[in-house]
Amino acid sequence: MTISLRGLTKVFPGGVRALDSLDLEIGEGEFFALLGPSGCGKTTLLRSIAGLETPTSGAVAIGGADVTALPPGRRDVAMVFQDYALFPHMDVTANIAYPLRIKKVPRARREAAAAEVAGRLSLAELLGRRPGQLSGGQQQRVALARAIACRPKVFLFDEPLSNLDARLRLEARTFLKRLQDELGVTTVFVTHDQGEALALAHRIAVMDAGRITQVGAPSEIFHRPATPFVASFIGSTPMNLLPGRVVVGASGPALHVAGAVLPAPPGLPDGEEVVYGIRPEYTDLSAAPREDAFPGTVAVLENLGTSTLVTLESAREGGDGLVQVVVPEGQEPPVGGAAWAVPRPERALVYRGDRLVGPRGGPA
Amino acid sequence: MTGPAAGTDAAGLGRARAVGFVLPALVLIGVFLVFPALWTIYLGITDYRLTGLAAADPRVVGAENYTTALGDDRFRTSLWLSVQYVLGSAVIGQAGLGFAIAWMLRGRRGPVRRLVEGLVLLSWILPSSVVAFLWIALLDRDGGTLNALLGTPGAAWLLDHPMLSIIVFNTWRGTAFSMMLYAAALESVPPSHLETARLAGASTLQQLRDVVLPRIKGHILTNMLLISLWTFNDFTPFLITAGGPEGRSEILPFYVYTTALRGGQLGFGAAVSFLILLINLVFALAYLRLLRNRNRDHDHDHDRDRDRDHEDAALPGPGPAAVPGPAAVPGPPPAPGSGRAPASREAAG
Repeated sequence: MTISLRGLTKVFPGGVRALDSLDLEIGEGEFFALLGPSGCGKTTLLRSIAGLETPTSGAVAIGGADVTALPPGRRDVAMVFQDYALFPHMDVTANIAYPLRIKKVPRARREAAAAEVAGRLSLAELLGRRPGQLSGGQQQRVALARAIACRPKVFLFDEPLSNLDARLRLEARTFLKRLQDELGVTTVFVTHDQGEALALAHRIAVMDAGRITQVGAPSEIFHRPATPFVASFIGSTPMNLLPGRVVVGASGPALHVAGAVLPAPPGLPDGEEVVYGIRPEYTDLSAAPREDAFPGTVAVLENLGTSTLVTLESAREGGDGLVQVVVPEGQEPPVGGAAWAVPRPERALVYRGDRLVGPRGGPA
Repeated sequence: MTGPAAGTDAAGLGRARAVGFVLPALVLIGVFLVFPALWTIYLGITDYRLTGLAAADPRVVGAENYTTALGDDRFRTSLWLSVQYVLGSAVIGQAGLGFAIAWMLRGRRGPVRRLVEGLVLLSWILPSSVVAFLWIALLDRDGGTLNALLGTPGAAWLLDHPMLSIIVFNTWRGTAFSMMLYAAALESVPPSHLETARLAGASTLQQLRDVVLPRIKGHILTNMLLISLWTFNDFTPFLITAGGPEGRSEILPFYVYTTALRGGQLGFGAAVSFLILLINLVFALAYLRLLRNRNRDHDHDHDRDRDRDHEDAALPGPGPAAVPGPAAVPGPPPAPGSGRAPASREAAG
């Protein structure tokens, strides 16, 4: 089922504008992530789709039908909450079968349905247990099973992985992606973890202050973040965002950024202030001075396992802040020594104001 | 409030000093609680009277007072009226209304909530004598506020419906406690559980049955225990109906008061008091047993199958909501001679 949001606005009593006339289309069978920092309105958006929040204005349509005025129970959506919301006094079977019980499905049939779904999620051995006797991963699967058992049109997941520990989270992530793939049910999930969004979703909406800043496929969001905000939010190591200035010289326009002279995208006037973004992964380290590199002193080395994150402190006067570079293992520079961070020009992003201006037609 | 720490000596006082700390409290309890209670039991088997020969030289009459009481129609009527009073004003009235108000105010903030809470609390904190006077003024046959409001001049509420009057009175008076207790209990119900039920299409009643009540069962039992004991021992409505007319609102505490002090049969009154104490004890034990069963269920859940992952500390288990201990059980029933019900409500308010 498709989900379509039109001009959705939610103002809470007290004047907090959680959603600001937001438009969004989510396609049939899509695994869609709402990503953003806390307080950006992503959970309010999810709850508005569920019907748990009544929008101040705007409309929600599921499968083409306007459901804005329908109560949550009649929207045919299932939600998995961050805390799983399993009923502690019911065993696993009763928990999974609960929505069917409310829909007055006869006991034998709903228990058969619960057992079937539980079998698919490897919960068959646990049907008689109470939630208190289950591990976190098992509880999560029971919550998923409860959502699946009533065959809804749409799944809504609120931070589905955040209550699991790091190792289990990776397993659950793979499991979740495969499950959604098999079921083919339109799924919207909320996360503040960019890695989770990139790994799971077909498409991601990055949200900030009640608005959607960018919608796109994970690779698009990762490689061409539309604003410096998205750029800083996406990526396991934060992107280097450095202030720079356009200087039009004899050999054409160039960017002067933190001591480096770099190629400028066309069409920028002389003296224009820009923000130059380059991921640490797309920056190389040079031991010899270069003109197209940021000079600095090696301040910190952070071992990432197969690579090392190097933080350079800008040596140049007037240059502010730090530049980070990821180097392969075995190539770490000595701490305290001078080094030059060389951005790969085809990976560089140039922002003017809040908009991406270059490179045009770069890697998607 | 008393008693040395069981088992280990956490404070490091040593036995002698620990006893020293506790002793004053134990002495006070002994003098003012245990001794009168034992004295009441003793009086109950005598023919002790307020005046006359038996006042100077009471005789031990054995179980005669008890057989008389149990065979007395007036006692049995009193007991039945007390049961009505407890069921009507505590279980249905206070607990029911208190829960309804708490449920409606749940999640609400702002002036409406503060106003309702304020009004309900006001009836709880006003002194009994003041409240009784207000209710007499409200229900009065001539010039009563209620008759003026309803346009029923001359309706004698206190004469025609004495039990209903004191049941409504006590409901009004005591709802605040249940409301506050249930409001706190409802806070412990995770919103996500209610929302899961809503998303499944559960009606309000189904949400109450499947999500709320199982979660706050312990609070309900504790509340029922406290308010039924308080109500069973409540003496305040005596100030409104004095048990009348013709004993039609004579609940047990009034019966004790009238027989022991007005009728002067102190021994007999003591015997009835002891019966009230036994009834209270049965109440309390029944509730405590229910509570314990419930807790045992929970422990059972926790102990079995401990093959959980280590992240479980952060997960929502069926953590038994903190239930106020039964330590707040009110004091003994009215002893003859005290002339009034235990002041547990006043003390709590």
